[in-house]
Amino acid sequence: MRMRTIEISVGAFVLAGILAVVVLVVKVSGVSLSGSADAHLLKAEFPDVAGLRVRAKVSMAGVTIGRVSQIDVDPEYGVAIVTMEINDRIWPLPQDTGARILTEGLLGARYVALTPGADTEMLKEGDFITDTQGALVLENLIGDFITRLGGS
Amino acid sequence: MIALVRALGIRTLDRLASLGDASMMWVIAMFGLPRRGDFALLVRQIYHVGVLSLVIIVLSAFSIGAVIALQFYTQLSRFGAEDAVGLGLALVLLRELGPVVTALLFAGRAGSEITAEIGLMKSTEQLSSMEMMGVDPLHRIVAPRLWAGLLCMPLLAAIFNVVAIYGGSVVAVQWLGSDPGSFWAGMQDAVELWEDVGKGSIKSVVFAVVVTWIAVYQGYDTVPTAEGIGLATTRTVVMSSVMVLALDFLLTLGMYGDFK
Repeated sequence: MRMRTIEISVGAFVLAGILAVVVLVVKVSGVSLSGSADAHLLKAEFPDVAGLRVRAKVSMAGVTIGRVSQIDVDPEYGVAIVTMEINDRIWPLPQDTGARILTEGLLGARYVALTPGADTEMLKEGDFITDTQGALVLENLIGDFITRLGGS
Repeated sequence: MIALVRALGIRTLDRLASLGDASMMWVIAMFGLPRRGDFALLVRQIYHVGVLSLVIIVLSAFSIGAVIALQFYTQLSRFGAEDAVGLGLALVLLRELGPVVTALLFAGRAGSEITAEIGLMKSTEQLSSMEMMGVDPLHRIVAPRLWAGLLCMPLLAAIFNVVAIYGGSVVAVQWLGSDPGSFWAGMQDAVELWEDVGKGSIKSVVFAVVVTWIAVYQGYDTVPTAEGIGLATTRTVVMSSVMVLALDFLLTLGMYGDFK
């Protein structure tokens, strides 16, 4: 009888532990399968990425549709090359899709926002998005502002 | 001077010897072939090590989650960012506090029990009598405890995380009235399966190995007196706590330290 209660409580414990793992996977992480096999790679050149990080999100119309997977600098032209993984469900994207680097809120994290295009030609795996706009760097804006103040 | 060098050398060699001893014990106990009746021994140890730790784990988890949510809420609401409470809570718990606090509580609750139990077995010469009867104490006493600790700690850490997140949601959503939608959505958006849940679980597996190993070895290596048992129990708790915290830093550095 004693051994039986132990067995039952151990079973309940293991079950509770497995349930906890399931809750963590489903409820807490929401099973965000980024970097899965059905992601498509797109690249874009930006004059300045200013604090964009690998794994930052890529969104369209405010909905997350992918992640930044790699950020390199082109030594020849001195521009940043951002590689993105785009979810399969909105693939393919029109060729005149635009990419901008924006900030969440005033001080939030940088992310890439894609603006939808209307072209009938579609982007292929690994293509470059040509219509890009780099991050607004606050220091540059303030610098511009001050020089203009001085000029007037 | 020479005496000092000699004393230092002896101490170093002693440490090395006990490390070697402990490693050999761990390998032999962990990878010994299972025999009939081992499963019942394991179940009994899971009961002692896991089930009996549940109460302290659940209670501390709830209050820790509630406190973190409260602190995050008061600080973040100054910037109008109460929506970030959920993700902050989940990331802090999954990556750091869940595995670490579980390991510390586990060392204090189950580790000390293991050491004291084995230590008393040794000082009452139960271990030697087992050897006389041809029963290997490494197999019968040590192995089930090591395996039970290894199996229980990740489960306990998962339970800890879930209860703590629940405690945090009770405070943030139901009490302070932050929006449940953004609480859960922010959390699900920020938490990644492998990056946060997976790596956190790896941490708790590592801590499980370290804590149970220290506990069992300290018990096995006890000076067989009342004083020795007391000392060994204290040493288990102190050593495992320090090791867990130090290892946590190293693991965090290794897992999340690629500051690209």
